[in-house]
Formats: sequence, structure tokens, C-alpha cells
Amino acid sequence: MFEEMLKYQTQMWESIGETFIMVGISVGAALLLGLPLGTLLYFCRKGQLYENRTLSFVLNSIVNIIRSFPFLLLVVALIPVTRLLVGTAIGTIAATVPLSIVAIAYYARLVEQSLLEVPKGTIEAALSMGASKLALVVKFLYVEARSGLVLGLTTSTVSFISFSTVMGVVGGGGVGDFAIRYGYQRFETEVMVYAILVMIVLVQLVQFTGGTLARLLDKR
Amino acid sequence: MSLKVEPGAIHGIIGASGAGKSTLLRLMNLLEQPDQGTVTVGGRELTGMPDKLLRRERQKIGMIFQQFNLVGNLTVHRNVSIPLELAGVSKRERFKRMRECLDFVGLADKAEQYPAQLSGGQRQRVAIARALANEPKLLLCDEPTSSLDPSTTADILGVLKHIKESLGVTVVVVTHEMEVVKSICSHVSVMESGRLIDSFSRAEGEFSPPQIASLSYREQILGKAGNSYV
Repeated sequence: MFEEMLKYQTQMWESIGETFIMVGISVGAALLLGLPLGTLLYFCRKGQLYENRTLSFVLNSIVNIIRSFPFLLLVVALIPVTRLLVGTAIGTIAATVPLSIVAIAYYARLVEQSLLEVPKGTIEAALSMGASKLALVVKFLYVEARSGLVLGLTTSTVSFISFSTVMGVVGGGGVGDFAIRYGYQRFETEVMVYAILVMIVLVQLVQFTGGTLARLLDKR
Repeated sequence: MSLKVEPGAIHGIIGASGAGKSTLLRLMNLLEQPDQGTVTVGGRELTGMPDKLLRRERQKIGMIFQQFNLVGNLTVHRNVSIPLELAGVSKRERFKRMRECLDFVGLADKAEQYPAQLSGGQRQRVAIARALANEPKLLLCDEPTSSLDPSTTADILGVLKHIKESLGVTVVVVTHEMEVVKSICSHVSVMESGRLIDSFSRAEGEFSPPQIASLSYREQILGKAGNSYV
């Protein structure tokens, strides 16, 4: 197997780089857009502070629809959107578009769940102190839910790594695609095993980092 | 219903669970919106006030709760500083004020601990320090001692009384515990199924001091000679 590892060293590093780009951008999208979307989902829920049935229904439907797509079909279905956004539907950057969209929907749901675990009393205390909406979210909700938010992002990242493996269909590359093309399609089983090992190490690293961080952040 | 709380009073609202005591208290800082009628605090009508002004008024009304409602992921120091941050107080001023408030409740040495490391009574003291940070004229207490043991209860009641006496803060206490009303309240309102059914004031001499703290459980259960309320 060492022979194989040496032989494909360049390709492997390239693939790892592609996986990092795809997963990195989708994690960024999850944080930048998924976090606010999840917060909105939380606030609009029945019985929450800014209960809004219409908005709640619309947002929930969108999130559910995105999450119910088999991922491969979503990638194909989104090709026109991808072309519109980045000018091409092929390549690593193009692949980040459907991945990011799933990332946003996926993380938003986990954010909503984490925020629901913040005691109502904390919110009441915040309001009694005269906190504005923004202060309520930033100084109370996110602070109290922070370990849940980190764990959610960890779970999401692991899923994104898994999702990114099918990106070969639009030429996205990545470790998974490498395993399929070299290992599976060219019958080089050892290469496939090698690629899978790399994936396992990646996932372990992400999970360990996220888990440790969440534990350190939790002072409750 | 109509209720007027005298400035400088410790006003107790007592009644059975579900009588509407907490709702009445929440109306006072508009955490609960009234369907009709007005709420006036310190000569300013809160009802009908735009959001931004209402928030500023709320910063001047302290509130403490049965479950303390501290932010578990923040140190005692940061918890007490939050209301000051919300009010836009400068960092140096915040630190000074935080120290004063923690000194007042006797927890200056716990500033860098997290609420989970404190006892129930200490957490309520932190909550009181937090409520006092913005120098409120009014302190609302929602069952402040209902999840505390008798001696800690006496302890917290002592702090509330001290607040009224040394800072001149008006205190409103909602409770179902007779002990609380008996020991610190100068004015009492009784509620039953959403209605105020009685309201009266008491003279200074009638207070039974919250002195359970000095009694052992044996003395509390068997009674101690010479205690007026035994």
C-alpha cells in the first residue's frame, strides 16, 4: 500500500485540498447564513418571542425541502442556479454552491434545536434588563447555547465531508471522488482503502476538535 | 384592578399558586402586556411607550427570579456587568460598579467563578447584584426565596431589607411564603384568582425579623422559648 501512497501522493494532496475548499466554504456559509436562519426559525416558532406563523411555515418548508432531496439529485437540480452564481457548473468552486445550500439548511435546523434548549428564564431576565433584540441574541442566547452550536457545527462538518464525496459528478474532485475514480473504477482497491483511511482521519480530527471545544466552552 | 406601590416600601404580593401574582409583577415592567389599562413607574407611563424608550426604562427596574436566571456560561463578574453593558456604561465604570454591587451582596471573592460553582443562596445574591447594577429605583422580586432552604431564605430577605434601607430602593416581592411577608413587607396585597382581594400596610414594630438563620433545625422544629412567632 505504501507504494500506492507514494505513487498517488500528488493526486491525494490535490484531492485533500479540494475537499478542504468545498467543506471550508460550506462551513463558512453555514455560519454566515445558517446561524441567522436558524435563529429566525427559533424566534418564529409557536410560543417563542416573535411568533410568526406565516414566516415559520415558509422557512420550515424551504429547509425541509432542501433537506429531503437526495443530495446527488440536488446537485443536478441546482446546476442552473450554480451557473448563474459562479458562471460555470463544473469544478470545485461550482460544487460548493449546492453543498453550501445544504449546509445552510442543515445547520439552521441544528441551531434552532440548540437555541430551544436555552431556558426561557434567561430570555425573560434579558428582557427585564432592557436588552435589545440583537443584544438578546448575541449576549444571552448564543452565549448560553454556545457549546450546542459548536457541536452542531461539528456534526454538520462531518456530514459536509460525506456530502462532498459525490461531487465528482460535477467535477468537484475531493478525496471521495479520488477514491471512486482511482480506487473503484480502476480496480485499485488499495488506493480506495487509502482514500477511505484519509477520510476517517479527517472526520476523527473534526469530531475531536469540535467535541473538545464544546466541552471547554460549557460552564453550566 | 388597581395597585399603587408606595415609594420606599417593601410591598408584598401574596396568594396561592395561579392567583396571578407573577403576572401582576410582570405587568410592572411590561414583560406582560396588559390588554387594557396603564402601568406607571416613577411618574412615567410605560404602556404605549415606544420600544426603545421602554428598554431604557427597564434598565432602571431591577428584577430577580425564583430560578435566578443567571447566564451559566458567564462568570459572576460578567453576569453583573451585562446590564451595565446594555446601558452603554464605559468599561472602567462597569468594573467599578460591578465591584460595588458584589461587595454589597458579600460575594466580592466569587467574581471569577461560574454560577454552577455557587450555592442557591449565592446565585440569588449574584442575581441581586446584577439587578442593582444600574442603580434601579424599583426592584421586582418573583418568588425570590421559593427555591431556597429556610436559613438561606432568611439570608436573602436580610439582603432585600438592607437594599431598601441603605439604597432607598422600592421593593415589590411576589411570594406564596407567609414567612417572607411577615418578616420584611411594610405593605401587603393579597391576590386570589386574578383579583386583589385585600391590601393593607403594617407598622414598623410588627415585623418579625428573619432570624431563622440563627436557629438550629432542632430549635426550629421544637420551638425556642421567647420567640414571638413560635
